Amino acid sequence: MNTIAIDTDHSEPRDFLCLKEEHPHNGTLLGFWLYLMSDCFIFAALFACIAVFGTSYAGGPSARDVFDLPGLAVNTALLLISSVTFGFAMLEMARERKRAMLGWLAVSGVLAACFVGLEIHEFVTMIADGAGPGRSAFLSSFFTLVGTHGLHVTVGVLWLIVLMVQLGKHGLTEANRRRLMCLSMFWHFLDLVWVGVFSYVYLVGVLR
Amino acid sequence: MSVKRLRGLLLLMPALLLSGCNLVLLHPAGDVARQQSDLMIASVIIMSLIIVPVLVATFVIAWRYRASNKSAEYDPEWDHSTQLELVVWAAPLLIIIVLGAMTWIGTHQLDPYRQLTRIGANRPVAADVKPLEVEVVSLNWKWLFFYPQYGIAAVNELAAPVDRPIHFKLTSTETMNSFFIPTLAGQIYTMPGMQTVLHAVINKPGDFDGFSSNYSGHGFTDMRFRFHGLSEQDFGQWVAKVRADGGDLDTHAFDQLNQPSRAEPVHYYAHFDADLFHRILNQCVDPQQMCMDKMMAIDAKGGHAMHGTSADDAMSADSSMTAPAHDAATH
Amino acid sequence: MPDRPAIWNFLLGRLSLSSLPLDNTLVVWTFVVVALGGAVVLGAVTYFRKWNYLWTEWFTSVDHKKLGVMYMVLGTVMLFRGFADAMLMRSQQAMAFGDNMGFLPPHHYDQIFTAHGAIMIFFVAMAYIVGLMNFVVPLQIGARDVAFPFLNNFSFWLTASGVVIFMLSLFIGDFSNAGWLGMPPVSELQQSPGPGVDYYIWGLQLSGLGTLLTGINFVATIIKMRAPGMTLMKMPMFTWTSLCTSGLIVVTFPILTATLLLLSLDRYIGTHFFTTGFGGNVMMYVNLIWVWGHPEVYILILPMFGIYSEIVPTFSGKRLFGYSSMVYATASIMLLSYLVWLHHFFTMGSGADVNSFFALTTMMISIPTGVKIFNWLFTMYRGRVHFPVPMLWTMGFLFTFTIGGMTGVMLAVAPADFLLHNSLFLIAHFHNVIIGGVVFGAFAGVNYWFPKAFGFRLDEFWGKLSFWFWQIGFWVAFGPLYVLGLMGVTRRLSHFTDPSLQIWFIIAAFGAFLILLGILSFVVQIYVSIRRRDELAVGNDPWDARTLEWATSSPPPPYNFAFIPRVHDRDAWTDMKKHGYQRPLDGFNDIHMPRNTAAGMLLAALGTIFGFAMVWYIWWLAIVSFVALIACAIAHTFNYNRDTHISAQDVAQFEKHTGNWEPKAKGATA
Repeated sequence: MNTIAIDTDHSEPRDFLCLKEEHPHNGTLLGFWLYLMSDCFIFAALFACIAVFGTSYAGGPSARDVFDLPGLAVNTALLLISSVTFGFAMLEMARERKRAMLGWLAVSGVLAACFVGLEIHEFVTMIADGAGPGRSAFLSSFFTLVGTHGLHVTVGVLWLIVLMVQLGKHGLTEANRRRLMCLSMFWHFLDLVWVGVFSYVYLVGVLR
Repeated sequence: MSVKRLRGLLLLMPALLLSGCNLVLLHPAGDVARQQSDLMIASVIIMSLIIVPVLVATFVIAWRYRASNKSAEYDPEWDHSTQLELVVWAAPLLIIIVLGAMTWIGTHQLDPYRQLTRIGANRPVAADVKPLEVEVVSLNWKWLFFYPQYGIAAVNELAAPVDRPIHFKLTSTETMNSFFIPTLAGQIYTMPGMQTVLHAVINKPGDFDGFSSNYSGHGFTDMRFRFHGLSEQDFGQWVAKVRADGGDLDTHAFDQLNQPSRAEPVHYYAHFDADLFHRILNQCVDPQQMCMDKMMAIDAKGGHAMHGTSADDAMSADSSMTAPAHDAATH
Repeated sequence: MPDRPAIWNFLLGRLSLSSLPLDNTLVVWTFVVVALGGAVVLGAVTYFRKWNYLWTEWFTSVDHKKLGVMYMVLGTVMLFRGFADAMLMRSQQAMAFGDNMGFLPPHHYDQIFTAHGAIMIFFVAMAYIVGLMNFVVPLQIGARDVAFPFLNNFSFWLTASGVVIFMLSLFIGDFSNAGWLGMPPVSELQQSPGPGVDYYIWGLQLSGLGTLLTGINFVATIIKMRAPGMTLMKMPMFTWTSLCTSGLIVVTFPILTATLLLLSLDRYIGTHFFTTGFGGNVMMYVNLIWVWGHPEVYILILPMFGIYSEIVPTFSGKRLFGYSSMVYATASIMLLSYLVWLHHFFTMGSGADVNSFFALTTMMISIPTGVKIFNWLFTMYRGRVHFPVPMLWTMGFLFTFTIGGMTGVMLAVAPADFLLHNSLFLIAHFHNVIIGGVVFGAFAGVNYWFPKAFGFRLDEFWGKLSFWFWQIGFWVAFGPLYVLGLMGVTRRLSHFTDPSLQIWFIIAAFGAFLILLGILSFVVQIYVSIRRRDELAVGNDPWDARTLEWATSSPPPPYNFAFIPRVHDRDAWTDMKKHGYQRPLDGFNDIHMPRNTAAGMLLAALGTIFGFAMVWYIWWLAIVSFVALIACAIAHTFNYNRDTHISAQDVAQFEKHTGNWEPKAKGATA
């Protein structure tokens, strides 16, 4: 039933099979990139909250009252530098220098951990001053957006630690390189989001 | 065959039933609803230009090219025709252009915020007519209507003189509802802390249905009221009756009324503060609460200083607005 | 918190004996029936010693075909649940007139319509489309599996977790009464302090994460794993629509996640996103949820358009007409679906310019949709059209969906929407497109691909019966709702005063009963077909179909294709048949395949426990399960040994048996 060729218009023999087993392209990096794009939309929704509730102080403290810009500059610097050091780690990976790479990864991890620490300190101070997330829609949006970013960084640090253990154990295998590439994308992505947070939430908030 | 006959019967049955029922959206008694209804019918007619041929073609093509009909043309490789595909894109496009233009104009003309310029076809609003002002509040689960021009208010009963434009301002205390009198005009949401507006006019006297059409909790089903279209004279009598039977709507009585209740009977008020609706709208019937408009004014000036470094004047205007108000509002 | 020693509050949170709805006889009886049914199923599995088989062959499987089948089973089970809710609603509305209050008090009725909507969309329609995508897409693009097989298994179990959380709400505590979109302020803590909304939130968060991972997985699969020669413009239509749907999932489900997160923050830690005071705004939720919600309906309908685009050419014995038009139409629907959300609340009072904009974008969607309908018609034109069950569903779709589309454009005319919004007319409209489009498409797809999955056809008679009950039942059930809508009757009412409406609700209830017969006929169809499977056995290509999934055995081997196919034409399999292609019987290679794993099920089970603990404020359990979840996820990453291989001998063995296998009894049409 299914083998009769009725039509003979193009009867040149065609090659219908790949006789050698082909290894399909690995989709992990694309998949991870897609995940990051979807994460973008979570942040987009949270940024939309800031856009809508940016001045809904409910008679409470405004952005100008609660943000500590010098502290923030330190915080931002930490995160941006950690991105640079992560870049160095990736360069070392390309040169197959495992120890140097682990060193740079450790530096990146420590910097990001400091960033999270400073952010927690900022949150605790604000809540102690009566400017917690339940005070106004503005503060709800602020805590949620910045907190979600901070949570991502925390996950990144945890992932980094796990990956460093795995790199120590198995070395620069193909799987580990792939994982490191993903973490690298994650790391730079969070940096990019932070640039948005920094300029839109903090700077615009204070200038408003 | 029997299936087809059964189907024919089933299609006929609604037609018989339809003759006996009141399709209010097709025969509304208010000019705004009338125009909205006309647009709805016009859209059906315009779309029928394409929908009916498509439905017919579906059955004709399916029948004509059925496998058992060997006399029909068979061209298994035919999968493209530029002309046909142009038609296929252009036909719905043209319909949508017509519909879109109609919708654009209709949406602007029938914007609920726009003041009425007519009370019927070729019947412009007379220059000396002042619209009837009605302030609508949806509560859990009942309606409260203020008539600021008459100093009266009614629960679950609304009346308006025939052919006089009505200007509704609407808000809600807690839940979101949608104020809908199908015969009068399209619905509009009532939302807590926000004011919406609706302009409408009733052209025929009568006793009509009104209700919330947006689900708002367990009592929603009974959130209905009667809307009376009355002659000028009957309306005057209705106002007099409300004034005579009306009670007091002070802060305490409002608090009572605001408690959730279902199928609240009609009752009237004749004494209340002139700014009560404003305070309901701004969520500050309770004097402990800062009014939202005041709060927003403070926010616009850069908010409330955490350590009292700015906006001191706002602080002194209402010192109760910090933590205690939080409790009152959320718990 | 209940009044009892503090230790109980610590251990059980707000869960107590009084959380069990023992006073509600309806729920108790449902529980008894479900428990007995469950006991019978579990007993049967134990008696027939099938646990090991289920565990190794299904639950831990990362095979996209088996996951696809499991999604379909899950969707069908939830269809019963969702439809039971529908029958309850129809009965209540047919009875509750005047003094008769019906048998459902409002707080129960409100939960039922909430559960009906949420279950039908998230666990029936979504399960069906994801199931069909899972089964078909890798076969159709000539791949061995999806890009991330483990993730695929995990997605399934996350969806199942959502189902478990939803079903638990039936028997422990109660469910949300805030409508299927959980609209505040009804869903805020003040109005709904109970666990219902929390069940809703956590059920959707878990299954939503599963859906998101599926979306990512399928975009990556379709982009990266197509057989050599299959360029984008040679992809089968179902693959195209799956790509667009998966793309939409990737960009919309995060918004659902974020929106539900904001709602849960309002409920758990007292933020003010959607509250009335403190600067919050209800309409922010309404906007956000519809920014997800409108693309969601296109996520549902697009793959179904793909299914019809496979079925019509197959049964017309003809190439799909206007392929590129179809592709562009699909893509433009995908893009436009993101620009129309405000049409769900024209009556908010956003002003004429805003309303006009969204009305026009909404109407514009009907252009590519119309193009698709024309193209299906022109595909049949000059064809040789057979009408087996899948094609019947397609014809039913063309008729029903076209009318549903028309009422949809009526609703898009913003001024008319001021009259029709929230009315039963709206209810009739979206059931018209979702039943007429999505459900009909799912049944068409099941009937079409069933022989591919199991090697035997579904019974024609019961299939046709099911179709006619659904088709007629649909119009009898929803025709009256169109009429009632025009009579100004609004949705979600549990009681009526006007007796003249009752006849319409009785007709609608009768229509729902006809649909019930349609569902039962479907069940009988499956049962009868399994009983008669030897008679109904068909070859690898029973419909003389056109795309690659029919180039392999039915059912396909675990590795799908012994040799990855090379594609030269859009209708790749027709092309192969035309050139006298014969399956090779030797020269096979070893094939690498992903290994089965229990990790997905374990992680999802921990997620379920976490969700349940959060619902009932059992904080210790929430912390423990969350930490365990993270620990297991990390432990899973230490497993580097995820592949296995099928030896060339095994492949040869399998191919010899099934390669050009033909049944003795001939297939349906062809």
